[in-house]
Amino acid sequence: MKYCRVIGSVTAAVKHPAYAGQKLMLCQPLDSAGTDTGDTFIAVDSVQAGPGDVVVVLTEGNGVRQILKQGDLVPIRSIIVGIVDSLDA
Amino acid sequence: MYLGVVQGTVVAERKVEALVGKKLLLVQPVDDRKQPIGPLQVAVDTVQAGEGDLVYLVGSREAALALDPWFTPVDAAIVGIVDGVHNPERSA
Repeated sequence: MKYCRVIGSVTAAVKHPAYAGQKLMLCQPLDSAGTDTGDTFIAVDSVQAGPGDVVVVLTEGNGVRQILKQGDLVPIRSIIVGIVDSLDA
Repeated sequence: MYLGVVQGTVVAERKVEALVGKKLLLVQPVDDRKQPIGPLQVAVDTVQAGEGDLVYLVGSREAALALDPWFTPVDAAIVGIVDGVHNPERSA
Protein backbone atom coordinates (compact mmCIF):
# COMPACT_ATOMS: atom_id res chain seq x y z
CA MET A 1 0.00 0.00 0.00
CA LYS A 2 1.04 3.61 -0.48
CA TYR A 3 1.22 6.37 2.13
CA CYS A 4 -0.41 9.46 0.61
CA ARG A 5 -2.24 12.70 1.23
CA VAL A 6 -5.56 13.38 -0.47
CA ILE A 7 -5.16 16.67 -2.34
CA GLY A 8 -8.46 16.88 -4.16
CA SER A 9 -11.06 15.12 -6.20
CA VAL A 10 -11.87 14.43 -9.83
CA THR A 11 -15.35 14.50 -11.37
CA ALA A 12 -16.36 12.79 -14.60
CA ALA A 13 -19.82 12.39 -16.11
CA VAL A 14 -18.78 10.10 -18.93
CA LYS A 15 -17.05 7.05 -17.50
CA HIS A 16 -16.79 3.30 -17.58
CA PRO A 17 -19.85 1.73 -15.84
CA ALA A 18 -17.65 0.22 -13.12
CA TYR A 19 -16.88 3.76 -11.88
CA ALA A 20 -20.53 4.73 -11.46
CA GLY A 21 -21.10 6.09 -7.97
CA GLN A 22 -17.41 5.91 -7.04
CA LYS A 23 -15.73 8.97 -5.57
CA LEU A 24 -12.39 9.67 -7.30
CA MET A 25 -9.69 11.29 -5.17
CA LEU A 26 -6.36 12.80 -6.19
CA CYS A 27 -3.55 11.29 -4.09
CA GLN A 28 -0.05 12.66 -3.51
CA PRO A 29 2.47 10.06 -2.29
CA LEU A 30 4.43 11.11 0.83
CA ASP A 31 7.69 10.11 2.49
CA SER A 32 7.97 9.35 6.22
CA ALA A 33 8.46 13.06 7.00
CA GLY A 34 5.18 13.88 5.25
CA THR A 35 6.91 15.53 2.29
CA ASP A 36 5.45 15.14 -1.20
CA THR A 37 7.37 12.58 -3.22
CA GLY A 38 6.55 11.24 -6.66
CA ASP A 39 3.68 11.82 -9.04
CA THR A 40 0.03 12.27 -8.13
CA PHE A 41 -2.47 9.57 -9.09
CA ILE A 42 -6.19 8.83 -8.77
CA ALA A 43 -7.86 6.36 -6.40
CA VAL A 44 -11.45 5.51 -5.61
CA ASP A 45 -12.48 6.05 -1.99
CA SER A 46 -13.89 3.43 0.39
CA VAL A 47 -13.47 5.30 3.71
CA GLN A 48 -14.98 8.77 3.12
CA ALA A 49 -11.59 10.48 2.95
CA GLY A 50 -11.42 14.18 2.12
CA PRO A 51 -8.84 16.72 0.96
CA GLY A 52 -5.99 17.05 3.48
CA ASP A 53 -6.43 13.55 4.92
CA VAL A 54 -3.36 11.32 5.09
CA VAL A 55 -4.42 7.91 3.83
CA VAL A 56 -3.31 4.39 3.00
CA VAL A 57 -3.96 3.50 -0.65
CA LEU A 58 -4.08 -0.01 -2.03
CA THR A 59 -2.73 -0.02 -5.61
CA GLU A 60 -3.42 -3.55 -6.76
CA GLY A 61 -6.47 -4.66 -8.69
CA ASN A 62 -7.28 -7.97 -7.03
CA GLY A 63 -7.57 -6.34 -3.60
CA VAL A 64 -9.82 -3.68 -5.13
CA ARG A 65 -12.14 -6.37 -6.50
CA GLN A 66 -12.34 -8.03 -3.08
CA ILE A 67 -13.28 -4.73 -1.44
CA LEU A 68 -15.83 -3.52 -4.00
CA LYS A 69 -17.47 -6.94 -4.50
CA GLN A 70 -18.61 -6.05 -8.03
CA GLY A 71 -17.39 -9.24 -9.64
CA ASP A 72 -14.15 -10.20 -11.35
CA LEU A 73 -14.09 -7.66 -14.17
CA VAL A 74 -13.65 -4.34 -12.35
CA PRO A 75 -11.14 -2.08 -14.15
CA ILE A 76 -10.08 -0.22 -10.99
CA ARG A 77 -6.52 -0.44 -9.62
CA SER A 78 -6.29 2.01 -6.71
CA ILE A 79 -8.51 2.40 -3.66
CA ILE A 80 -8.16 4.35 -0.41
CA VAL A 81 -8.43 1.80 2.39
CA GLY A 82 -7.58 3.78 5.55
CA ILE A 83 -7.31 7.26 7.03
CA VAL A 84 -4.07 7.66 9.01
CA ASP A 85 -4.45 9.03 12.54
CA SER A 86 -0.74 9.13 13.38
CA LEU A 87 2.62 7.85 12.20
CA ASP A 88 5.53 6.87 14.47
CA ALA A 89 8.63 7.11 12.31
CA MET B 1 -5.37 5.28 -12.10
CA TYR B 2 -3.97 8.52 -13.49
CA LEU B 3 -4.83 11.60 -15.52
CA GLY B 4 -3.88 12.12 -19.15
CA VAL B 5 -4.49 14.42 -22.09
CA VAL B 6 -5.49 12.91 -25.43
CA GLN B 7 -3.07 14.07 -28.14
CA GLY B 8 -4.30 12.15 -31.15
CA THR B 9 -5.60 9.00 -32.73
CA VAL B 10 -3.41 6.02 -33.56
CA VAL B 11 -4.39 4.09 -36.69
CA ALA B 12 -2.93 0.63 -37.23
CA GLU B 13 -4.25 -1.53 -40.03
CA ARG B 14 -2.28 -4.64 -39.17
CA LYS B 15 -2.71 -5.62 -35.54
CA VAL B 16 -3.43 -8.47 -33.16
CA GLU B 17 -6.89 -9.88 -33.88
CA ALA B 18 -8.21 -8.96 -30.43
CA LEU B 19 -7.49 -5.27 -31.11
CA VAL B 20 -9.63 -5.14 -34.27
CA GLY B 21 -12.35 -2.50 -33.82
CA LYS B 22 -10.71 -0.96 -30.74
CA LYS B 23 -10.00 2.78 -30.86
CA LEU B 24 -6.40 3.58 -29.93
CA LEU B 25 -5.49 7.08 -28.72
CA LEU B 26 -2.15 8.71 -28.04
CA VAL B 27 -2.17 10.03 -24.47
CA GLN B 28 0.25 12.16 -22.44
CA PRO B 29 -0.02 11.24 -18.73
CA VAL B 30 -0.25 14.42 -16.62
CA ASP B 31 -0.39 15.43 -12.95
CA ASP B 32 -3.20 17.42 -11.30
CA ARG B 33 -1.80 20.66 -12.81
CA LYS B 34 -1.76 19.12 -16.30
CA GLN B 35 2.05 18.96 -16.27
CA PRO B 36 3.36 15.99 -18.30
CA ILE B 37 4.52 12.90 -16.39
CA GLY B 38 6.73 10.51 -18.35
CA PRO B 39 6.49 9.40 -21.96
CA LEU B 40 3.48 9.27 -24.28
CA GLN B 41 1.31 6.17 -24.17
CA VAL B 42 -1.07 4.47 -26.55
CA ALA B 43 -4.30 3.65 -24.74
CA VAL B 44 -7.50 1.94 -25.81
CA ASP B 45 -10.62 4.11 -25.48
CA THR B 46 -13.83 2.98 -23.73
CA VAL B 47 -15.63 6.36 -23.40
CA GLN B 48 -15.46 7.99 -26.86
CA ALA B 49 -12.78 10.47 -25.82
CA GLY B 50 -11.34 12.87 -28.39
CA GLU B 51 -8.26 14.95 -29.01
CA GLY B 52 -7.63 17.54 -26.28
CA ASP B 53 -9.81 15.81 -23.68
CA LEU B 54 -8.54 15.47 -20.12
CA VAL B 55 -9.23 11.84 -19.25
CA TYR B 56 -8.39 9.29 -16.62
CA LEU B 57 -6.86 5.95 -17.37
CA VAL B 58 -6.33 2.62 -15.70
CA GLY B 59 -3.18 0.65 -16.37
CA SER B 60 -1.80 -2.87 -16.28
CA ARG B 61 -4.12 -5.88 -16.11
CA GLU B 62 -7.09 -3.76 -15.08
CA ALA B 63 -6.95 -1.98 -18.46
CA ALA B 64 -7.92 -5.24 -20.14
CA LEU B 65 -10.82 -5.65 -17.70
CA ALA B 66 -12.33 -2.40 -19.01
CA LEU B 67 -12.97 -4.07 -22.35
CA ASP B 68 -15.39 -6.66 -23.61
CA PRO B 69 -14.08 -9.28 -24.24
CA TRP B 70 -11.67 -8.68 -21.38
CA PHE B 71 -8.79 -10.87 -22.59
CA THR B 72 -7.73 -8.14 -25.02
CA PRO B 73 -3.98 -7.48 -24.88
CA VAL B 74 -3.84 -3.85 -23.68
CA ASP B 75 -2.03 -2.21 -20.75
CA ALA B 76 -3.70 1.21 -20.68
CA ALA B 77 -7.39 2.08 -21.05
CA ILE B 78 -9.20 5.41 -20.97
CA VAL B 79 -12.10 4.90 -18.56
CA GLY B 80 -13.44 8.43 -17.96
CA ILE B 81 -13.60 11.95 -19.38
CA VAL B 82 -12.73 14.45 -16.65
CA ASP B 83 -15.13 17.36 -16.08
CA GLY B 84 -13.25 18.93 -13.19
CA VAL B 85 -10.20 18.55 -10.96
CA HIS B 86 -10.85 20.05 -7.53
CA ASN B 87 -7.70 20.80 -5.65
CA PRO B 88 -8.19 23.08 -2.65
CA GLU B 89 -4.47 23.07 -1.75
CA ARG B 90 -3.24 24.30 -5.09
CA SER B 91 -6.03 26.64 -6.05
CA ALA B 92 -5.19 28.80 -3.00
